[in-house]
Amino acid sequence: MSMFLETLIGGLLAGAMYSLVAIGFVLIYKASGVFNYAQGSILLFGALTFVTLTENGVPAYGAIAITIALLIATAIAVEKLLLRPLTNRSPMTLFMATLGLSYVVEGVAQGIMGSQVRALNLGIEDLPIFIGDILISQFDLMAAGVALALVIALSLLFNRTRIGIQLRGVADDTRAALSLGIDINRIWQIVWAVAGIVGLVAGLLWGARQGVQFSLSLVVLKALPVLIIGGFTSIPGAIVGGLIVGAGESLAETYIGPFLGGGITPWFAYALALVFLFIRPSGLFGERSIERV
Amino acid sequence: MAELDLRATAEPADLVGLKAIGLAVVTALALAAPFFVSEYWINAIIVPFLILSLAGLGLNLLTGYAGQLSLGAGAFMMVGAYATFALQLRMPELPLPFALIVAGLIAGAVGLVFGLPSTRIKGFYLIVSTLAAQFFFEWLFLKFPWFYNGNSSATIALSRGLSFFGLDANGPHGRYYFTLGIVTLLTFLSFNLIRGQTGRNWMAIRDMDTAAAVIGVPVLRAKLQAFAVSSFILGIAGALWAFAYLGSASVQSFGLHRSYQVLFIIIIGGLGTIRGAYLGAAFVSLLPLALDWLFQYLFSGQVDAGLLQNIQKAIFGILIIWFLIREPEGLSRLLAIRRTASRRLFPS
Amino acid sequence: MGTSATPALEIRNVSLSFKGVKAISDLSFRVEKQEICALIGPNGAGKSSLLNIINGVYVPDSGEIVFEGERFQCMQPIDAARRGIGRGFQNNALFSGMSVIDNVIAGLSRHSRVTLVEEMLRLPRALSEERDFHERARAVLHIFDLEKHANTPVGTLPYGVQKKVEMARAIVGEPKILLLDEPLAGMNAAEKQEIATIIQRLNTELKLTIVLIEHDVGIVLKLAHHVVVLDYGRKLADGVPATIRDNPDVIAAYIGSEHSEVAA
Repeated sequence: MSMFLETLIGGLLAGAMYSLVAIGFVLIYKASGVFNYAQGSILLFGALTFVTLTENGVPAYGAIAITIALLIATAIAVEKLLLRPLTNRSPMTLFMATLGLSYVVEGVAQGIMGSQVRALNLGIEDLPIFIGDILISQFDLMAAGVALALVIALSLLFNRTRIGIQLRGVADDTRAALSLGIDINRIWQIVWAVAGIVGLVAGLLWGARQGVQFSLSLVVLKALPVLIIGGFTSIPGAIVGGLIVGAGESLAETYIGPFLGGGITPWFAYALALVFLFIRPSGLFGERSIERV
Repeated sequence: MAELDLRATAEPADLVGLKAIGLAVVTALALAAPFFVSEYWINAIIVPFLILSLAGLGLNLLTGYAGQLSLGAGAFMMVGAYATFALQLRMPELPLPFALIVAGLIAGAVGLVFGLPSTRIKGFYLIVSTLAAQFFFEWLFLKFPWFYNGNSSATIALSRGLSFFGLDANGPHGRYYFTLGIVTLLTFLSFNLIRGQTGRNWMAIRDMDTAAAVIGVPVLRAKLQAFAVSSFILGIAGALWAFAYLGSASVQSFGLHRSYQVLFIIIIGGLGTIRGAYLGAAFVSLLPLALDWLFQYLFSGQVDAGLLQNIQKAIFGILIIWFLIREPEGLSRLLAIRRTASRRLFPS
Repeated sequence: MGTSATPALEIRNVSLSFKGVKAISDLSFRVEKQEICALIGPNGAGKSSLLNIINGVYVPDSGEIVFEGERFQCMQPIDAARRGIGRGFQNNALFSGMSVIDNVIAGLSRHSRVTLVEEMLRLPRALSEERDFHERARAVLHIFDLEKHANTPVGTLPYGVQKKVEMARAIVGEPKILLLDEPLAGMNAAEKQEIATIIQRLNTELKLTIVLIEHDVGIVLKLAHHVVVLDYGRKLADGVPATIRDNPDVIAAYIGSEHSEVAA
């Protein structure tokens, strides 16, 4: 029993990390209607920038500030050079463009800052915590806490600030928002910047866990099943989806894995997502769209 | 106005002429090529170019014509390669060409299975299915030694190489003609499909699949056909990549980066065209060379290999975005001649 | 056109709602064989939704459709097509990447008997079916005077021409009933007359039953044998054009809406 709980809790905490990444995707999808394949690369870029700066003597707060400034600049560039020229194109086209974007960001980031693995120390020690017989990682716990804090901050942003309300307007009905005089381009820039910052947080946490390296950008591949399950347009959905994927992977590896030779984590989440696509295509919390002819 | 007879006889069609001459020239060049080019070029540039064109063709049928987005090209190529290996190993009496066909059919069947979700899922979400295939096969072919015959480095290679019917196609010329023959044949078959009912069904699904169903296009069947045919071709391309180009291959040869690469090929070359696969493959094969050469020239060999790779990556990404913005029909539109222009000048 | 004969199409107590909004409420009417039945009414009255139900795109919440004596509530779009229900769409659901003639041939898909392998290998059966389809498509293009555009990508043509291509695609498969969604929209008077004449001839010469949605009430009252008026998804009136024209409820529904084109 305690093994089950331990696996479950470990999985849930890992899932919280997934949720953190997925939130960045939800933001962009809600505002621009595109699945930003480059989110992983931006995550890598943020973490890499931070690490490079601190390694070169820049104090942590300064490094964060500079990184955020760069992310904002990136968001503005993306909006001007990618989103605007591709308005009204199909989701498939937009997706492929973000695929291209991921290549650009990765190439530039690693070209300038190198491709070796970098250690990232956030000052959080990964001490084991014991609750009864159950082992929990302190680091994972902290990461979950950060995710929670982020969600609260974002929901305050969306519900209490003017920008946040405009954002929701744009997400719900772009044309209506335009007719109200909302500057869509500005909104997109803001959303991509916020998503970049969310990505930075996720990138720092993941980087501290497994080192800052290219594989960080592959988190995008984990985010997709999370979003399918939780819904592309909902932050609570991203959280629930992340938890389900995290717990599911963990339990599957422990209990089903041995029959298949182990190592099933890479594809299990996708199998789960496929099942969800069949029974609930819009995800647990997503909106259903009706096709009109 | 005319009589309302829905079965009145048609008017004569088509012009051939110029197309036939062009085709003859290309054929002559292709057949004579190995005698004008160095072995290095054949082995390292031309053969992979041909195989990538084939892979692009396969993916283009599914993504460019039928509009079903797929990131699973690597997976289906992998299945074809591993199936060919298994067949040649365990059924050596089956000559290589037939083994290739069977391997292609196996890949096609796998494609069909992973294409089933397309009957319920539309558009972008479909990549979940093909990504699932990608990750699943990357795991499968590594996890179970049966697939690579217990080989310590988990690689597959044909013990007899490319030999069949008493012929030995292992040298550069052999590999070239073998590959050329297969690629040409499959291109011809694909061309026939595109020109006919199936091609029209696919494009209808791509452009507006709900309306297509209402009109009477068999959407379900056509989608599955697209997956099956596409994966069949990708499977054969994978076998060729492993055994006519690399010599020995493993799961790494067909990873997610391969899926990206093939998708890039058709985006740059032109989605929904046959020649797009060739143009894109040529571009993707030659660009690294061009960049290499350029940097050697500018910095006289002082460039870090890793840096070069990253620069290449960034340039690819920029090109993808540029093509999507400016020329969604890729190089094949950019290089198209006046006949397209003249079609647009219709009065009324 | 006696009412005792089996109707071509019958709508029985059909209701449909979207996200809580009722698009169609308990709608019933009959369409007799070989008649032109027009559905008119202000925007949002549920007319397109009704056509979508008949084509199997939407499933009604309740009620059923009876087509040629067979009852069904939900049907796959492709089955509707196979039964001979042809359709023209409101927003020109043409396949923009294809040429005009390919679009029209697409309307013959359900008549194709050729397998994948036959096509790949260019076997005789595939070639002859292809020729046959091309001929039939050209014949229909001829009717609409579209032959000169046969190889043009359909997306580059003007709206009025596209509408004709759509109708051509809808009839090439020789449907038993034709559903047209605003076939005259966006056209000038001359073009409207041209299409109205074609519709007339499709009905008289090919004996095609036609159900059409149209906003140009003037033309509708001259073209149709039978008119059904909808308002907010409810049937307001049902009868021959003469009675509809003088119906006070119909006139009231139109005054205050944007399309007050009721002939005096």
